[in-house]
Amino acid sequence: MEKKSIRVAYGESLVKLGAENEKVVVLDADLAQATMTKDFKAAYPNRFYDCGIAEANMVDMAAGMSTMGLIPFCSTFAVFAGRSYDQIRNGVCYPQFNVKFGFSHAGITLGEDGGSHQAIEDLALMRVLPGMTVFVPSDANECEQCVRAAAEINGPVYIRTARLPSPVYDPRPFEVGKGTVIRDGKDCVIFTCGIMLEHTLEAVEILKGAGLDPALVSFHTLKPFDKQLACEYAAKCGRVFTVEEHSIIGGLGDAVADAICGTGSFTFKKIGINDLFGQSGKPAALLKEYGLTGPQIAETILRA
Amino acid sequence: MDLVKLQDVCRQVRRDIIIMTNKAGAGHPGGSLSIVETLVSLYFDVMQGIDPKNDKNPDRDRFVLSKGHAAPALYGTLCERGYFGREEFDGFRQLHGILQGHPDVKKCPGVDASTGSLGQGISIAVGMALGAKHTGSKAHVYTIIGDGESDEGMVWEASMAAAHYKLDNLTVILDHNGMQIDGTNDQVMSLGDVKAKFAAFGYDIIEVADGNDLQQVLDALHAPACPGKPRMILLHTLKGKGVSFMEGQVGWHGKAPNDEQAAQALKELEG
Repeated sequence: MEKKSIRVAYGESLVKLGAENEKVVVLDADLAQATMTKDFKAAYPNRFYDCGIAEANMVDMAAGMSTMGLIPFCSTFAVFAGRSYDQIRNGVCYPQFNVKFGFSHAGITLGEDGGSHQAIEDLALMRVLPGMTVFVPSDANECEQCVRAAAEINGPVYIRTARLPSPVYDPRPFEVGKGTVIRDGKDCVIFTCGIMLEHTLEAVEILKGAGLDPALVSFHTLKPFDKQLACEYAAKCGRVFTVEEHSIIGGLGDAVADAICGTGSFTFKKIGINDLFGQSGKPAALLKEYGLTGPQIAETILRA
Repeated sequence: MDLVKLQDVCRQVRRDIIIMTNKAGAGHPGGSLSIVETLVSLYFDVMQGIDPKNDKNPDRDRFVLSKGHAAPALYGTLCERGYFGREEFDGFRQLHGILQGHPDVKKCPGVDASTGSLGQGISIAVGMALGAKHTGSKAHVYTIIGDGESDEGMVWEASMAAAHYKLDNLTVILDHNGMQIDGTNDQVMSLGDVKAKFAAFGYDIIEVADGNDLQQVLDALHAPACPGKPRMILLHTLKGKGVSFMEGQVGWHGKAPNDEQAAQALKELEG
């Protein structure tokens, strides 16, 4: 299967969007080579603004630019969402300015740079902000859909992208705020997002081998969240598992918990980073260390 | 507008500040009173293309109150300029009021950016000026920052960017009254040679000896831009200006006058 990193797709998507919408401008904090906004910089040098290694200032500059009718996309590493959080909160979300955040290298699969750079909290930070749309594309095609949707939305949008190449699936229908049923099933349901789609697909095969009929649902939008779909599959399957490359606090798991709470009686387990920071290592070794490989996910589900 | 009329507006805005903070029992009169001449100059004489009934003109000048806690001064000025009626003063800092504790772009007509988290307004203003250049807008962007606010690293990040992008359509006005919440600048966090520091960051600086002298402020604001450089106007102001018992007093940073004090202040501010 073709593999492409979601951040690469982000860079390509911005170039396509830039061709269609001249209001789109891109800001980066000296990481254009990594966030892949370098593609946009090469294509539209007059619409690209480097902000230096000053993430907070980048975010509020984007806020100001949006008031002049532009659609700024800001990019840096997801871990610096924390560094520029007051600006995202007060400078962009509080006034509901039309600024987009395409933050890359999220999660532990950032790898060797280590825990200081591995964002395991960005989705929690973004979900809690009123009026923020939160996208977590699971592959290159979905990333392009998220980028296009972000430009259409009049207000703040966060797009979480990953560093490593991941499988590119056939394009799926896309609607903001709607989950995608990857596989129907009845014995348990796995809710996932982002690059964990690859690993949950592997877990599904193992579970099928163990005689189960699991459902798999992927959410490219964590906010607004498709509560209806989450409730439907929780009710149908009874055994509910969430899998994300993020802290089990505040991310997809909590979005699902919020949705299904009070709607029935379920077995429920959140699979993710268990309230820990990451560390240096090869991405595959890190996924194993934190229990997020396909076989480990399947084992956790079978034991629950 | 002639100087006498502008001075009368200043006096009225000072009264508005006292009335609002007294009624709310909260707010920041000290740092509001120090910037009255600047705000009145901007909204009644300097800013081009502004219209209380139409904010859609892409070429209209913009203003960001980076030191957002001085909201009463901005609200008084906007009211006198016709953006809303005096009845809104009753809602200052109150539930459902358009005059929030700090300026809110979604609620208050005439406000161009929500501010209050210090350091952010200047950065937003830099983005506006850059956006104006990008879109070909003739807008000039003005922002007032505080000296205490200049403790924030973001003020310097924004200044670096303003010089880098050669934003000669930006004027940063530093309200240098020498005081912040916990004491004087020197007691809390020394700014050192603040003029030299900002000059080193790339501003063309005009220093105003008395930032509460209307003519001096007007002259500085009307000075022609320096091509390729952002402008800073370094205003030496008096915190609490115009109310005898508030002048130069740190304690009036974030304290509202009680009824007796308000009555005395309003008496001092009679025409």
